Amino acid sequence: MSDEEETQPTDEQKIEIAKWFLLNAPAGEIQYIAKDMKAVLQDETLYITAAAEAFPLYNKSHMICLDFPDRSGEVMVTPFSEIGENEYLDPRTAQVAIVDHVNQVCRRARPANDEELPTPYIEEYRYALDIEVTKYVSEAYPKGICSVHCVNGKDVEEPGMDFELVVVISAARLSPQNFCNGSWRSIWNVEFKDEAQLVEVRGTLQVGAHYFEEGNVQLDAKHECKDSTMFTSPEDSAHSVTTIIRHHETEYLNSLQTSYSKLPDATFKDLRRKLPVTRTLFPWHNTSQFSLRKDIQKNLGLEKKK
Amino acid sequence: MEAAMGLMRRIPPKHSEAALTALLSLLPHHSADLLSQVDQPLQVLCDVDSGKQFILCEYNRDADSYRSPWSNKYHPPLDDGLYPSQELRKLEVDANDVFMVYLDQSINRYYEGGTSSVYIWEHEDEGFIACFLIKKDGSRTADGRRGYLEEGSWEAIHVIEVVPLEEATARYCLTSSVMLSLTTNDESSGNFNLSGSIRRQMNMDLPVAAGHLCNMGRMIEEMESKLRYSLDQVYFGKTKEMVCTLRPPSEPVQTRLLELISKRRP
Repeated sequence: MSDEEETQPTDEQKIEIAKWFLLNAPAGEIQYIAKDMKAVLQDETLYITAAAEAFPLYNKSHMICLDFPDRSGEVMVTPFSEIGENEYLDPRTAQVAIVDHVNQVCRRARPANDEELPTPYIEEYRYALDIEVTKYVSEAYPKGICSVHCVNGKDVEEPGMDFELVVVISAARLSPQNFCNGSWRSIWNVEFKDEAQLVEVRGTLQVGAHYFEEGNVQLDAKHECKDSTMFTSPEDSAHSVTTIIRHHETEYLNSLQTSYSKLPDATFKDLRRKLPVTRTLFPWHNTSQFSLRKDIQKNLGLEKKK
Repeated sequence: MEAAMGLMRRIPPKHSEAALTALLSLLPHHSADLLSQVDQPLQVLCDVDSGKQFILCEYNRDADSYRSPWSNKYHPPLDDGLYPSQELRKLEVDANDVFMVYLDQSINRYYEGGTSSVYIWEHEDEGFIACFLIKKDGSRTADGRRGYLEEGSWEAIHVIEVVPLEEATARYCLTSSVMLSLTTNDESSGNFNLSGSIRRQMNMDLPVAAGHLCNMGRMIEEMESKLRYSLDQVYFGKTKEMVCTLRPPSEPVQTRLLELISKRRP
């Protein structure tokens, strides 16, 4: 009865549904979801609209990394590097990438304008931090990428004002042939506070993993932390901040491993043990003669504990 | 339809309910297939007569009502609902009683607490289909004893198709799905959520002398152990392996391990 009452969703609703599926794709899987979504929607126009809205959000959230067409470097697509519609700044090469979100490629590049870049004063700090973080990432992550941007105060020309940098680190391991994909994303906000002469560091770490051979199992873990250090020279601040990042990320990895080791012993047992407490299998053959629960329990020699 | 199943395999397990609703609205002609092939978190209702809980699923639903295995009544009441035959109803009653003992708290077996239900109904010729359901909530506030889990649930659906063969044997085809969700939340590790579902099949030809219940029970018990092992070793092991591949544990640990290994060599 209720099936006939249900009407087809409106075009708008279909677009929202398609967007939702695309946005919730695990790392590295949006193109597979795109293909399946097209088949389910059976409507090219609706899909294109949904994709145009979903892909930019997904790409920024997953901080995808794209090569410049002339291979002069790479650019990270993040909310922090976005300077215009489909335009993303790479501070290292001072280039702006024009990005095709749906196909996840960089179409072309142009040099950045002066207005788009931070002042030399800010750039000193940004550059020093970039050097330190790049070194750290190359040591800690087999396949990590990182980038440092100024998100506040890029026009500050000399000491006396606050400014804020953001460090983004992203590592993805895609192995679809093994039915396994994973990603690590960290975002570190680094606030330089002039009056207090303090640098406040806030981190958001997010780890995901997806295994899908004959099933669908996903890890979704998130952690926030904060720390601080003294506001000193660009090189010293960069060194301190990177030490903070290294410390917290290492700690987090350790606590993830602890969570995993606790799983079989304690957490999992809350749900289902490997073997029954009595360590024997259930006597199914004894029960077929009884239809009353009381009889079953009596015959198994068990008392109700109350 | 294949594309729909592909989507369900990739969507985060915690969103599977929303995903299925969305797919049902987009593919109304496939609703029967979708509902039977995609497993959903299990809901429970309370039986008005006995006060006992029973699990809701497609197999005890008729229109918008659900039939309780304890009283055999539809909730909310239905005038012309479908009921199993008398013979199958008796098997169903036995199965529910036995299955509940399999789960019963007082004997502390595989599960500590939880709700179970079994539904049986006719199938082609002289065969029948039996559906065994288990729902267990292991979170701090529910049945979980040790309180590590902020939120946790284990749900299992076992559907057995039974077809009598010659020579007093029957063929049992079991399709089992287990849905699992674990969440921990604390200062040092933040929010940690592992959830998943896996599906397996098992076919066996068994003599009916021991009784259908006995045969089905044994298969289910064996299957559940296999599934739990799979979940533990393969899936949780695999996701952990992925994390350590993304960012290998720091050097001191590795050097220590290498030292240990080299010491062990003769």
